[in-house]
Formats: sequence, C-alpha cells, structure tokens
Amino acid sequence: MDFGVIERNWNFLLVQGLIGLGNFAGGTLRLAVPAMLLGFLLGLFVGLGRLAKSRWISTPATVYVELFRGVPLVMVIFWFWFILPRALGVALPEYGVALAAFVIFEGAYLGEIVRAGIQSVPRGQVEAAASTGLGTAQTMRSVVLPQALRNMIPALVTQFIVLFKDTSLASIIGYLDLTKAAQIVNNREIRPFELYLFIAVVYWLCAYGMSRYAGYLEKRLATA
Amino acid sequence: MVEFRNVNKWFGKLHVLKDIDLRIERGEVVVVCGPSGSGKSTLIRCVNGLEAIQSGEIAVDGKRLSDPGLDLRALRAETGFVFQQFNLYPHLSAMENIVLAPMKVRRLSREAAEKRAAELLARVGIPDKADAFPANLSGGQQQRVAIARALAMQPKIMLFDEPTSALDPEMIGEVLDTMTDLARDGMTMIVVTHEMGFARRVASRVVFMDEGRIVEDTKPEAFFAAPQSERAQQFLSKILTR
Repeated sequence: MDFGVIERNWNFLLVQGLIGLGNFAGGTLRLAVPAMLLGFLLGLFVGLGRLAKSRWISTPATVYVELFRGVPLVMVIFWFWFILPRALGVALPEYGVALAAFVIFEGAYLGEIVRAGIQSVPRGQVEAAASTGLGTAQTMRSVVLPQALRNMIPALVTQFIVLFKDTSLASIIGYLDLTKAAQIVNNREIRPFELYLFIAVVYWLCAYGMSRYAGYLEKRLATA
Repeated sequence: MVEFRNVNKWFGKLHVLKDIDLRIERGEVVVVCGPSGSGKSTLIRCVNGLEAIQSGEIAVDGKRLSDPGLDLRALRAETGFVFQQFNLYPHLSAMENIVLAPMKVRRLSREAAEKRAAELLARVGIPDKADAFPANLSGGQQQRVAIARALAMQPKIMLFDEPTSALDPEMIGEVLDTMTDLARDGMTMIVVTHEMGFARRVASRVVFMDEGRIVEDTKPEAFFAAPQSERAQQFLSKILTR
C-alpha cells in the first residue's frame, strides 16, 4: 500500500476532481451544487404543478414525473449525450449535458418531495389564510411553503445525498469529476485500492456533512 | 347582513343543509346549536365561501356569493372566521400571525399593522404575548390570538365555529369573555357553540339545527324556557343536565 499516490495527486483529485477548479472543465461539486439548486427549483414548479386544479398543468407535471422516475439515470445521461446533440445539430459540452440530465432527472423526484411536503400542511392552515382574504399565491408563499419546506427537509436531504453520489455517473460521458479523476490517476499509477478507498472516504464525508447539516436545520426550524 | 334563501348543500349523497332560510341583521349575535352532524359548522362555513352550496342563495352585506363578479377575497377580508382548532400559523409569532393579512391584503405598512395588532392583543387580554409562538401559548391564548387575527382585518361580521370545543374547561371562560366583549361592542356575530350559558347571556337569537334543517329560530329566553320542538327539548335536557 502506498498512499503517496494520494499526496502526489492531491490537487488533481480534490481541487480539480471534487471542486472543479483547474485546467479542465469538471468537478463533482461544480456539478452537484447547481444541480441541487436548479433541480429543487424545477421540483418546486413540478410539485406545485401536480397539485394545480387545472388539468392542463397537473397532467403534464404527472407525465413528467412518471416518465423520468421510471427510467434509469444512466440512460437519461446517454440520451442527453448521444441523442440531444444530434437532434439539435450542435456539439454540447459534457458539463452542460451532465447538468441538464441531472436537473431534469432529479426534478421528478424532488417534485414528488415538494408535493408531499405541501400536502403535509393541514388544510386548516389554507382555510385560515383564505378566511382573512389572502389569495392562493400569497397563502402558498407565506403560510404553506414555509411549513412544507420544514417538513420536506429529511426527504430533501436524502435526495440531495443520492444526487451528490450519483454525479459519479457523469464520468461515463467523460466528465472529469472525482471518480473520473481517480480513474485517470489509476490508469497512470495502478493504485486502485488506495485511490478508490480515498474517494469513498471523500464521498462519505461530504454526504455525512450534509446529513449533519440537515439535522441542525431541522432542530433550528422546529417550532412545535 | 347575512341572508340565506332556500339553501341546500350536499356532500356527495349526504344532504347536509336542507332548505335553509335565515336572516341576520347588523349587530345581532346569533348562536347556532344542535347535535353533532346537524350541519351547523357547514352552515357558517358557507357564509364566507369555505364551502360551496348547490342551490339557493347566500348574501353577505348585500353581496351574493353566487355572483360571478363577486370578489370573494374582499368578502372574506371583511368576514372574520375563528376555527375550532385555532389554525394559527405555527411558524409565525403571535404578532406575525396577526399582521400577515393586513399587510398583504390591506397593504398596511408594518408599523400601522403592528400598532393595530398590539391594540388587539391588549383587547383580547394578552398584550405580553406578541413575540410568543403558537406552540408556547395555551389553547385559550391561541384562540384569543386567532380572534385578534380575524379582528385585524376590521371585519363587518365575525363567524365562530365551535371556538371553545378544543379547549380545556378552565380556558373556555377567557375566550367566551373576549367574545362577550366583542358582542357588547356591537359586532355582528354568528357563533356555533354548545356553550348555552353564553347563548343565554349574549345571544340575540338562538338557531337550533337538526339533520340539516333549522328547527327553531327564536329569542334565547324563549328557547331555554320552552323549546318548541321535541328534538330541541331532548337536546337541551342532555346538554343542560351535564
């Protein structure tokens, strides 16, 4: 065992692979963080859309959720990588393809979490807001969503952790994330045990950090 | 102020309101009572459109609820509603619960809304609870915050849906006192309640419902002294001998 391989490639693995700062486009966090934010934004609209009274909104939202929840993530990435550039007639960068695939795939799951969160808020809250003359959008923003978000935290963080780890799949289209960086170093130095143990620890630490932060948030936002 | 004309409502196949005719004048305090399932909660939930009716007509302050041009939000803003389960917003302090609608709906400045809210908290007897969250208030205090929240919109009428039914016995009094003060100030009120003492002292009329119909509609003295219907006699004998 020679953990010197980690030390020699420290910058390449962590600064380039994990964070995404360096000479190459890439980075696990540079992909995961925007994917979480944009995916959640999409999920918010999808979740609200599924609960909309109008079928013109709720049906497309439901179809979207069922469609993307029913196919493997790898396949979605392949679609975006092989089919989309051909359909559009332009070459797309790995980063754009990976980000789009993750946002659209995760939007389906996050949409369901948002929907469940909104439905967890008692009906009486909406009635109380309505009876003081608040409109639907005002009620959603000031009364329902703040409570729904708090209820969503555990499921949301679980999904974010899944998303964070799934970004390793972006390496199959050549995206230089932490997994791909380890592969590249391994091809050169043939130290699979050390390298894959190291990135496992890095992934775990990040995921555990998110989990702890969620626990803190839940406690801080606890009102009841 | 409020008028029901031949109102019928169904929940699926269940006929919950049958041929309701009822007029409530400005300044009246009408207590609605009756056995559970008689339709009394549904009745007042129809007044501000929380429930829709299938036939007949309801008008509030001259505005018909069935009018397609009706501004339902404006009507609700002028119709205070107090729920059995309080329904305070748990993520907001008492103060924030009260100022939310005046600021969002009436476009009041924060200063003006908070000034009014502080006055209302004093009026309902809990001036020191502005910063408390609902979870840290007793049931009676929560219900008084809920009353203040409704009053903050300066409603023309207040609807109470069993406001004391979820309270411990020793807290019922404080909420009823608040409601009594409100009635003495001339507020038009419809109160669904089993508190017959309140009805006797405060109500200008008592409406007794059974199986979706208004069975009696009379002065409280007459209602308690000599209820006309057999059903009301049974109801009173049960509830008063507790």
